[in-house]
Amino acid sequence: MDPFESIKATFFQECEELLTDMESGLLAMEQGDDDSETINAVFRAVHSVKGGAGAFGLEELIRFAHVFETVLDEMRSGRLHLTDEVAKVLLRASDVLADHVAAARSGGGVDEGRTVGMIADLQALIDQDRAAELGLHDDNASAPADEDFGFVPIVLSLDEPASDAPEVDVAALMAAASDPEPATNPTWVVTFRPKADMYAKANEAALVLRELSRLGEIEVSLDASAVPPLDQLSAEQAYLCWTIRLAGDRSEADIREAFEFVEDDCELSVVRDGEAADASAPDLAIDDDSDASASAVEAAAAAPLDLDALLARVQPPSEAAPADAAPPSPEPAKTAPAETNAPDPAKLDVAGLIALAEKASQDHAQAAPPAAPKVDVKTEARASAGAPTAATPTIRVDLDRVDRLINAVGELVIQQAMLSQRVFESGLARSSDVALGLEDLELLTREIQDSVMAIRAQPVKSVFQRMPRLVREVADLVGKKVRLVMDGENTEVDKTVIERLSDPITHMLRNAIDHGLETPEEREAGGKGVEGTVRLAALHRGGRIVIEVQDDGRGINRPRVRGIAVTKGLIAEDAVLSDDEIDNLIFLPGFSTADVVSDISGRGVGMDVVKRSIQALGGRISITSEPGKGSKFSMSLPLTLAVLDGMVVSAADQTLVAPLSNIVESLTPRAEDVHLIGGRDAVICIRDTFVPLIDVGVALGFRDTPLPPASGVAVLVESEGGGKAALLVEAIQGQRQVVIKSLEANYQHIHGVAAATILGDGRVALILDVDALVTTSRRKAPRIEKRMAG
Amino acid sequence: MNKTVLTIDDSRTMREMLNMALVQAGYRVIQAVDGIEGLEVLRAEGADVVITDINMPRMDGFGVIEGVRADPAHRATPILVLTTESDATKKERARAAGATGWIVKPFNPTKLVDAIRRVAA
Repeated sequence: MDPFESIKATFFQECEELLTDMESGLLAMEQGDDDSETINAVFRAVHSVKGGAGAFGLEELIRFAHVFETVLDEMRSGRLHLTDEVAKVLLRASDVLADHVAAARSGGGVDEGRTVGMIADLQALIDQDRAAELGLHDDNASAPADEDFGFVPIVLSLDEPASDAPEVDVAALMAAASDPEPATNPTWVVTFRPKADMYAKANEAALVLRELSRLGEIEVSLDASAVPPLDQLSAEQAYLCWTIRLAGDRSEADIREAFEFVEDDCELSVVRDGEAADASAPDLAIDDDSDASASAVEAAAAAPLDLDALLARVQPPSEAAPADAAPPSPEPAKTAPAETNAPDPAKLDVAGLIALAEKASQDHAQAAPPAAPKVDVKTEARASAGAPTAATPTIRVDLDRVDRLINAVGELVIQQAMLSQRVFESGLARSSDVALGLEDLELLTREIQDSVMAIRAQPVKSVFQRMPRLVREVADLVGKKVRLVMDGENTEVDKTVIERLSDPITHMLRNAIDHGLETPEEREAGGKGVEGTVRLAALHRGGRIVIEVQDDGRGINRPRVRGIAVTKGLIAEDAVLSDDEIDNLIFLPGFSTADVVSDISGRGVGMDVVKRSIQALGGRISITSEPGKGSKFSMSLPLTLAVLDGMVVSAADQTLVAPLSNIVESLTPRAEDVHLIGGRDAVICIRDTFVPLIDVGVALGFRDTPLPPASGVAVLVESEGGGKAALLVEAIQGQRQVVIKSLEANYQHIHGVAAATILGDGRVALILDVDALVTTSRRKAPRIEKRMAG
Repeated sequence: MNKTVLTIDDSRTMREMLNMALVQAGYRVIQAVDGIEGLEVLRAEGADVVITDINMPRMDGFGVIEGVRADPAHRATPILVLTTESDATKKERARAAGATGWIVKPFNPTKLVDAIRRVAA
């Protein structure tokens, strides 16, 4: 890839991280965190986005980031205080910034109206006068960005009638423009007297002179008259002054540019030969007869200075300056314009040599440093390094590589299990070396598996941190006061699971605020605080991750839920249900308690959708509720999608696996509970409810004759769609974790089979697709359940 | 031997950008992501020139300048700060702390190499 393009790709990647950092900082600020480091971090994120955008010339992005950054800078400097209102605006601005980044990345456009509105809102945060001072007015919001590019727009009045314009000699103008200082101009005389500060900042006179020499032939003379006798010489002081004569065809600006880094740390005058030095010029005698350099040299010659001795004394042995360099000549040294960056050391001029000597003396002086600052710095460094914010070193790895590794470890687990089983079958004693070694291998294999899974694991924080904004928006929309409390943000779970957590959590939170919490008035009347609390928590429990959404609202209105369920034909009017069962009715398809399907939690779907999407992840969801005190939704999910908890069953001499997350219960059917419909399709009555009884061996085509129900085991399963069925199998072998192997990737899709796995004895076992089995049975026998139940 | 430039910037984009320009110009580049790491790297590996950003977590560019100038082994190392045109006050603060020179962002490779040439023999 073009290196520039590759850096651009890096930029957008980095932008994503910066935007995430920015948002979590802003969310913390929204919670009232006005710690300067938090504000700084947000500022830095926006600043870095702008900096990168500047490098790639992404004007729109720069323009918006600049305004945003300016407001944050005001906050950083304490001129703008953090309030709820300010935090809200900043959060919205972060959205707009994200839109701009996305637009810059895709090359698409942004919502111009939204941007303009947002800029106005940001500007409104700042005092009018201050905004003007910062150049943040609407008219010139883009000016600072232009300034960053170092160009100034030039107004051209092309419409001006020619007659009004004065006669212009275009040729002369052009000549002047291209060569504002005609060659006939007198020679420049530059006097340059560094101050001690200049050297303290690691600037070197020799390098400045080298810059000058790039402009043309220069004539340098040194005034060393100020150098005191050696015993009075201070290594930290500056004593030298240079006079440089330079051809007059250069502009003063060109010359001054060479002094850009040092101009505040030296006395500098740039005058034309024959002109008097201005007031700021160094107090150096420049004769009107224009022999400035000669006078300087005379002064130098007059000084009692033994440079050889000085050099010998101050020069550390490692210093690069040639020890046998010619002693300084009183004649002005001439240098040719430098062709290359570095002057030829053999022809090093006097000025360079002196500068080196001066630098050497500085270096030498460093042997006896001031001790205090050093200690300070070290302490600071250690303190900061030990702080919890210290970044853990990380590497970026392609997800593909991790997945390959996970796959390989899956194979390893299977091989290990097979090996164990074979050794066990061979009748080797458990205390034999081989068996003991195998035990170690098993432990090691588990450890490797856990470690590899941990690579894909990420904290749920990335999902959680999006929620405070959602809660605020929903609360505003329904006019409720809500406090969101989050726990366990650092709980880790597989990346794939994380990505799919967002929707269910969003839905549950919306539901909790919209349906769970009361209005402020109701709460007050009920003796509760006006502000409702919603708690979002993540924790590990029994090898799964549990996400809880709890509110302290009104709880489930059981009579009403029951009434709705009856009205909608979901349960029989006289059905006997426990409180728990009533609460869980809200997960039934088509159940919605909201009188009006609201925009917020409704979107036309109910909790059944949440339940389905969680089941699709191999998860379960349940609710506990206490009238008047609130409800708690708990969803439990596997930590990874690469491994499945399964029930191993046998049907028609085949070993099959049913995902545990689908299984409700298992039972031995009694012959009198099983009824045939239409001669072939069976239903089974489980506690007054009829569900289809599916003979798995027949459904998958392993045999034609159905198993007599009483001689098998019925496993009651529930599909993602909420449909129930009983799977008839011959026996249950046990429960275990299996590594999922895609059937499509290795063979082809088979209806009723979700995937495959390899068991410890090396046999392939198919993992049942419960959804497909249940749906098929329902298609064959439509609405049996209801007909029978009703 | 090629001169070594230590670049200190928390932005990966900026580090890569500097790296590309400097390597093309024949410099050896070492990098650090914030001031603290910058000073550590400088002490461990040394550098002929330090280029540092100002706004960084943990330790900012001013901290870098002060740290380098207070370190007897490296106090004579030239330091260039990355600034923007609108950051005049920051530039002044960096100068006062002992910055040798500055590079105005966004920079092009020529500007960058020019600035290094002005401060490094």
